[in-house]
Amino acid sequence: MKGRVLAEGSSEGVALVLREPLSLWGGIDPASGVIIDARHPQRGASTAGRVLVMPAARGSSSSSSVLAETMRAGCAPAAILLGEADLILAVGAAVGQELYGRHVPIVVLPPTDLAGIADGARVRVDGAEVTSSADERETSV
Amino acid sequence: MLGGASGEGAALAMRLVIRAAESLDAKRLIPIIGAHVDSCLYHGEATVDFVDRLVDGGAEVAVPTTLNVGGLDLLHPELWHGDPRKAERGRLLMDRYRSLGCEPTYTCAPYQLPFARPALGDQVAWAESNAIVFCNSVIGARTERYGDFTDIACAIAGRVPDAGLHRTDARRATLVLRLAPDVPRALLDDDSFYPVLGLVLGRRAGSRVAALDGLPPALSEGRLKAIGAAAASSGAVAMFHAVGSTPEAPSLEAALQGRAAEETADVGVAELRAARDELTTAGGAAPAGTPIGSVSLGTPHASLAELWAVDRELGGRRSAAGVEFLVSTARHLLAEAEADGLAWRLRAAGVELLVDTCSYIAPVLRPSSLPAMTDSAKWAFYAPGNIGVEVVFGSLRECVRSAVEGRVWRDTNLWGSA
Repeated sequence: MKGRVLAEGSSEGVALVLREPLSLWGGIDPASGVIIDARHPQRGASTAGRVLVMPAARGSSSSSSVLAETMRAGCAPAAILLGEADLILAVGAAVGQELYGRHVPIVVLPPTDLAGIADGARVRVDGAEVTSSADERETSV
Repeated sequence: MLGGASGEGAALAMRLVIRAAESLDAKRLIPIIGAHVDSCLYHGEATVDFVDRLVDGGAEVAVPTTLNVGGLDLLHPELWHGDPRKAERGRLLMDRYRSLGCEPTYTCAPYQLPFARPALGDQVAWAESNAIVFCNSVIGARTERYGDFTDIACAIAGRVPDAGLHRTDARRATLVLRLAPDVPRALLDDDSFYPVLGLVLGRRAGSRVAALDGLPPALSEGRLKAIGAAAASSGAVAMFHAVGSTPEAPSLEAALQGRAAEETADVGVAELRAARDELTTAGGAAPAGTPIGSVSLGTPHASLAELWAVDRELGGRRSAAGVEFLVSTARHLLAEAEADGLAWRLRAAGVELLVDTCSYIAPVLRPSSLPAMTDSAKWAFYAPGNIGVEVVFGSLRECVRSAVEGRVWRDTNLWGSA
């Protein structure tokens, strides 16, 4: 699959497909990457090192800081795949890169491609190129 | 600027503005007349590392810039009950943004400060989700949904990407939400209806611009503020139209800019009741009589009109012993309330007035196993995750009466049989 790059980089990890929109601010603990939003169905799951699949954005404009802080603390997602462009996350990743030289690639994919990525699939992101191998799916969370 | 001729800080700001422009697919930058910056709230050392880079790089804001809430109440530091080191880092960050030339307003509702309020059609760069939606919807000034780092970067650059809600076409409603006939008219007279409607709006709209049709005309700013704050918490709403109330929606046709809606849907009483119930996390839906530990009002920061409404509902009564009653507002409004005796009246009734921050951000509530009551959908949304309390949602009247009685008081007429 090919998407539009909002933040450069290459990485891979196990997909965490959000079943409902999540605001990183108020939604995850920046010291661990764990989802803390009491109303979110995936509360308790960790976003650290995962390829976070977010079909829709939600909520606070402070999510840039939370993303940069997880990059500083070493518990950022491996990559973020979006259904629509989100400048708040793009700038958060850019600041993390400016300050700490680390990368969280962010790619916007067409909705049908995004929907094809299964929770738990191994996903590789390389610039605009996204590959998902469902056969190598891991069951651990 | 990008080349560093204006200093390394300004060059970093310009790189981020260009990154924002790319993510919005903008072809050029346009000038702004002001900014509202949310980056002064401490979210860990990354936020300090970033502002240090700007300050050390000699950056200064190019336009009048107000500051959003910070991590603590600088005027009443004794209200802080958390880790002293975190208070110190929060204070440091707030000070650093002043040294970039920002006004120390420390409020999430800059639109309530006359000197910080833009005019219809002005181009600005605002952050803080409730302020963004108020700016676009209620004032008709134009901002995209800016966040931390981008806000101060635009303020330093004095420019924003020419994209999104800065442009007239993007301000058109594509979704129309009509109030269904089964919504009791009496409910529209109650303040608790508006945050609940906002919650539904956010869910239905996502990031789209919606027009709300069927509401009473000329809604107060307080009610529009409550709709927007809730919608920006449950969805990525940056603008809505309330037909007959907001400046770009004198009619539904105007909100749609003369085109057809892409989607029209009804919002009925069942959906509204379900949304209202969801805002209460305390066990058993917290029926009347449930003991409460605290009441938190003023999210977003209370206006003077809202502070007077609290005074009116108190009617000379005091909050119950053991119930912590907090109202958050802006330091500039507190100064006015102190000048005319309102602050004294509220404090005499047991109300603590918090400024510069918010009671769901800073550790100001004393630890309690009892739930907290609020009239804010936004507070109800974020407080359980942020400060670990159970929440009971109610109208302003219900909240104040509950504070006085020390247990949940319900105005049973409001939501019918639900």
